[in-house]
Amino acid sequence: MRRSNRPTGPALERAYEQMARMRAVEEAQIRLWDEGLVPGELHTAVGEEGIVAGVLANLTPDDALALDHRPTPALIGRRVDPEALLLEIMGHADGMNRGRGGHMHLFAPEQRAAGDGMVGSSGPLACGLALAGRRERPGSVAVAFFGEAATNEGHMMEAFNLASAWRLPVLFVCKDNSWSITTRSSEVTGGKLMDRARAFGLTAAKADGQRVDEVQATAGRLIARMRAGKGPAFLHATCYRPDGHFTTDVLVRLISDPRREAGEIAPPLIAALRAPGGNRSERVAALTTLTRRIGALAVHHARGRRDPLARARRGIGGPAAARIDLRVESEIGEAERSARQRMTGTPAVPELGAAPVLDTTPARDRTMSNGGAR
Amino acid sequence: MTTMTYADAVDAGLAAAMERDDRVITFGEDVRLLRRTTLVRFGPDRVLDTPISEAGFVYMGLGAAMGGLRPVVEVMLVDFLTAAWCPLINNVAKYEAFSGGIQRAPLVIRASIGGGYGDGGQHEQTLWGSMAAIPGLKVVVPSTPADAAGLMVAAVEDGGPVVYLEHKLLGEVWLDVLAGSRRLGMSFDIPPDGASGEVPESIAATPIGQAALRRDGGDVALISAGVGVHRALEAAERLAGSGVQAAVLDLRSIAPLDTAAILELAARTGHVVVVDEDYVRGGLTGEIAALIAEQRIDARFARVAVEETIPFARHLESAVLPNTDRIVAAAEHCLDLQGRSA
Repeated sequence: MRRSNRPTGPALERAYEQMARMRAVEEAQIRLWDEGLVPGELHTAVGEEGIVAGVLANLTPDDALALDHRPTPALIGRRVDPEALLLEIMGHADGMNRGRGGHMHLFAPEQRAAGDGMVGSSGPLACGLALAGRRERPGSVAVAFFGEAATNEGHMMEAFNLASAWRLPVLFVCKDNSWSITTRSSEVTGGKLMDRARAFGLTAAKADGQRVDEVQATAGRLIARMRAGKGPAFLHATCYRPDGHFTTDVLVRLISDPRREAGEIAPPLIAALRAPGGNRSERVAALTTLTRRIGALAVHHARGRRDPLARARRGIGGPAAARIDLRVESEIGEAERSARQRMTGTPAVPELGAAPVLDTTPARDRTMSNGGAR
Repeated sequence: MTTMTYADAVDAGLAAAMERDDRVITFGEDVRLLRRTTLVRFGPDRVLDTPISEAGFVYMGLGAAMGGLRPVVEVMLVDFLTAAWCPLINNVAKYEAFSGGIQRAPLVIRASIGGGYGDGGQHEQTLWGSMAAIPGLKVVVPSTPADAAGLMVAAVEDGGPVVYLEHKLLGEVWLDVLAGSRRLGMSFDIPPDGASGEVPESIAATPIGQAALRRDGGDVALISAGVGVHRALEAAERLAGSGVQAAVLDLRSIAPLDTAAILELAARTGHVVVVDEDYVRGGLTGEIAALIAEQRIDARFARVAVEETIPFARHLESAVLPNTDRIVAAAEHCLDLQGRSA
């Protein structure tokens, strides 16, 4: 990796501001969900901002984005109105999709971006976007964002082949947090993803998703090749998501408050151990399987305290970060207050604190400490 | 009898089947965590996590069934099962017929279904009508804990492919995992008699293809499955307030249908309302109307089903899913009694 490619100074400040805006919107969503204003599931992208902002910094309005079930940071990065987005995830008629889509199914045709809840759909969709872009907007590219678990979907591997065979300008961005919902990806994935991508003929590169400058430089190199007609590429970027798969992730709950959660999880397990079934060694093996998984997440949790925002903040310095945080608070905080008010019809308590920094406590516990839900 | 939740009853049915036959194994996305009591009872060789590769592991389930196992393949949500439509419709459903009956496929495909918790139209479908349309597939939909256990045992013992669909609004595990049901300010319209109920100590198979009459009445027949049964029972209660006696038939199985029970009720009441949480076109409601017409039974007919993509916003979702108001209105329309029941 050539160090000279990496953004510094004003460019890094811009990346930091994008990430701070994305983080602020994710945290607003979590608050609204905790308050019971957002129904159903909420898959947050806290921890993915370094990857998303790093890639987006290389794009033009002609480029298209196929997003997954964590679509909001990319939409915020593409300047979708944050208030319309927040209204949408609460199901308000003035939401960006009239309250009919919700957080997984967000569509912003003007920004050439759409999110989708079906695992792995972004890969083949990006192939189509690239095919259209090649004819309609020469020099443009399409980007697919997805998690590493999605690479085990057949249609994702079909997309790798399609893009390669047709030399489509697609950047496949794999945001690897190493968990497939609550299963360790390493236990259900054969081989290495970089090898898999290269076997399909994709140009492949790696980046540390906690370093927005590294993602931006690496993605920039891949995208420049694609714009020059040199075919599709695969970017494997690692990240850490403190909230797990969704805001109700059982494993994350268990490691963040073992006493309370174990009280719920243990009794049925103990009863099951006493019930008829397999022999002793099979039961011991089963318990080992469960405890290893919980242990693996605990280790991952402890190691993962590096935050793309905190890292970039060190790069730009405290005073610059504070100035940006203030701007972000003003923009996103106002959007959240207004959206909440329009949804509930009551003025919101101005509760937004200082700059968003990756809080490694899961969403649910943050709420607890605020005296919130559950 | 033991009182248990719907979710525990599904597990109890599976455990009973696994205890009786060690060829029964289960695999799917996240099952070691989701089915952790089954895991600790039967060990990791019989409870396996798959990658997110639905088409691949449904094909694998069929192969395992042909190879002598009795797999219960779990696809988290039925919406995700569409990624495995090819193996389900072209392979699982076909082999017995293609083979002249000598190649059996003793396979259960298990998935959660249904809406009412605000997850949007990509995660809240039932799709039972589409699957029931395919010759070779049985499709069961338990609406009570007793049937959840009994139909699981029946599905495993059936010897052919059975699609087993459990409603998320009845399974508290799903609501807790998917929707954070214990949040303040968040409530779901959960039918209490579906979410919890009595299950026999020794779980026997509930016969597949046999409907259950949940309430008798001579004026109108409300026919449904899953959560719709409970909505129909609420509607029947309201109709009783204005002097209308409604029968409620729980189909329990969408394929095969209990044709005799449907036709008997249609002939006896002369008024049929089908309550279907699946799409209105090309599905269960039209099928029941056709069965009645084919037998030249003189019955008025109405249907309450899903007529558009399920919207995300809670109030819109609630209006699109079959609800008690719509059922009462449809029954009154059938009986020319518009607006009688409050």
